[in-house]
Amino acid sequence: MTELILGRANLEEFADTLLSLAQADCDVVVLTSDSRGSGKLVPFGKSLPEQIIEMGIAEQNLVGVAAGLSIAGKKVFAVSPACFLTARALEQIKNDVAYSDHPVKLIGISAGVSYGALGTTHHSLHDYAALRAINNIDIIAPADNFETQAAITASLTHPRPVYIRLGKKPMAHLHQPDATFEIGKAITIREGTDVTIVATGEPLHPALLAAQQLEAEGISCRVISMHTVRPLDTDTLLNAARNTRVLVTVEEHSIYGGLGEACAAILMQQGVFLPFRIVGFPDEYTATGSQLEIFDYYGISAGGLTATARSLLQPEFKSTTPG
Amino acid sequence: MDILELKHKSIHYRKTILRIIKQAKSGHTAGSLSCVDILNVLYNHVMDITPENFEEVNRDHYIQSKGHSVEALYAVLADRGFYPESALDMLNCFQSHFVGHPTRKVKGIEHNTGALGHGLSVSVGLALAAKKNGHSYRVFTLLGDGELAEGSSWEALMAARHYKLDNLVIMIDRNTLQITGRTEEVMGLEPLIDKFVAFGCAVQTCDGNDIEELIHVFNRLPYEKGRPNLIYAQTVKGKGISFIEDAFQWHHKVPNDDEFKAAIHELEIAEAAL
Repeated sequence: MTELILGRANLEEFADTLLSLAQADCDVVVLTSDSRGSGKLVPFGKSLPEQIIEMGIAEQNLVGVAAGLSIAGKKVFAVSPACFLTARALEQIKNDVAYSDHPVKLIGISAGVSYGALGTTHHSLHDYAALRAINNIDIIAPADNFETQAAITASLTHPRPVYIRLGKKPMAHLHQPDATFEIGKAITIREGTDVTIVATGEPLHPALLAAQQLEAEGISCRVISMHTVRPLDTDTLLNAARNTRVLVTVEEHSIYGGLGEACAAILMQQGVFLPFRIVGFPDEYTATGSQLEIFDYYGISAGGLTATARSLLQPEFKSTTPG
Repeated sequence: MDILELKHKSIHYRKTILRIIKQAKSGHTAGSLSCVDILNVLYNHVMDITPENFEEVNRDHYIQSKGHSVEALYAVLADRGFYPESALDMLNCFQSHFVGHPTRKVKGIEHNTGALGHGLSVSVGLALAAKKNGHSYRVFTLLGDGELAEGSSWEALMAARHYKLDNLVIMIDRNTLQITGRTEEVMGLEPLIDKFVAFGCAVQTCDGNDIEELIHVFNRLPYEKGRPNLIYAQTVKGKGISFIEDAFQWHHKVPNDDEFKAAIHELEIAEAAL
């Protein structure tokens, strides 16, 4: 079994990447909502005080101001906890950024259940669903430091509004050194013929661990990092579905309206039917605790995902509605 | 442009507003009539913004936060040469660029509005960018009074003062009516000027339907170094048409044939008296 090397928090990778982009381009500006510390942007603020703008605890205004700066040609990164950014300021995202087509970069920090113990107010398990239903905004959930650095860099010249959501715990390096990143192009990390696990964001880590466990049991498992939830890489998804026996999706998000349902819609409408399961957060009051504890509870873990994959591989498997 | 000419323009814009709303069978009649004198003076006397310089950044900017009064803006932009006035015959038609709220599909409009409480934040961003870039342009934004119940407006005001945006000009179309009735009955705003002063704005009041007063109040800009400028324009909703004036029922009522004729007649009498 290959050892995964621990990196640092994607948030730290984000902050360093942004600092180097901003050092090279004085039009790069960062907006925070009293979130400089949470966003690991204190060094940025010290290094480039003219390129960081504090908006106070006012997410609606944060997003509106970001749109205004963008009209004037600034390259704006609006940084706020994902839970507030994509709920409190959803109308500003819809109208001032997406509908008005200003290429603002919305950075949702401490996303998913990164703030697991703080309760549902601080969880963002709705953001893919909310934003997928809004025209003209791309959605990226980087899994590791490589994807984070690449996504932030790519977003700078991306012509459309984009939402990037980041977790706060240190992440393992999940990619090969020769991996390449392109918005909207999934990365197949492992090939396999029995099972496909399509993961987005930090659940890519347990997906890879599950693949290693399955392989040890003689089950061949493909792992796809679907870092871009929108636009979804349908070619890579369909290819995997046609060349493996079962397919599992996993995301740090509600099972409603996220990666899993996006994949299901494509597969069904393309007439590709295979045993399929969406792993994510069911419609219930979400458990609290550390991100890892919550992941374990909902089967977003090596053990949970291998069990899900094995159950789909059973000949008597019949499709059931999750959640 | 002299005052008489501006007064003629106001009459012309009012006719255009009524005509296109009647033709489209939809529109925000009274609010457009309330703010059209402000837009007249703004576009014809105050702002450096033309079809020729519209793609440049360092020219004045206008964001209409009370997006529903778009017919007033459409009338003024047509007159300023952003598109022919005949284009407005397509107002609200299927797939027309001229929809019931401002969008960037129409030349002369740089941000989509319509949901209330958004325009001031965007204007703060534009004004902040001017400070960062060392640009000399000013940012003008028009807010309705009813929309001030949206908390986001006050978030934006806080930021405008915090960042000392004296290049920002906030215009309040204080017609005291909203769709349901008097603002003070729906959700009290008073003492409104005190609130703006408390939020750090440099406030000037004027009759927002009086061309001379508007010219005077705009000519005195900027009011105070380091403070956002706020023009508290006291207006009459439906101004210019006796039976539409100060009647909340006309918020988005469309004139029928008789009402339209009577309204145009009143405007022609007013024009003859200029």
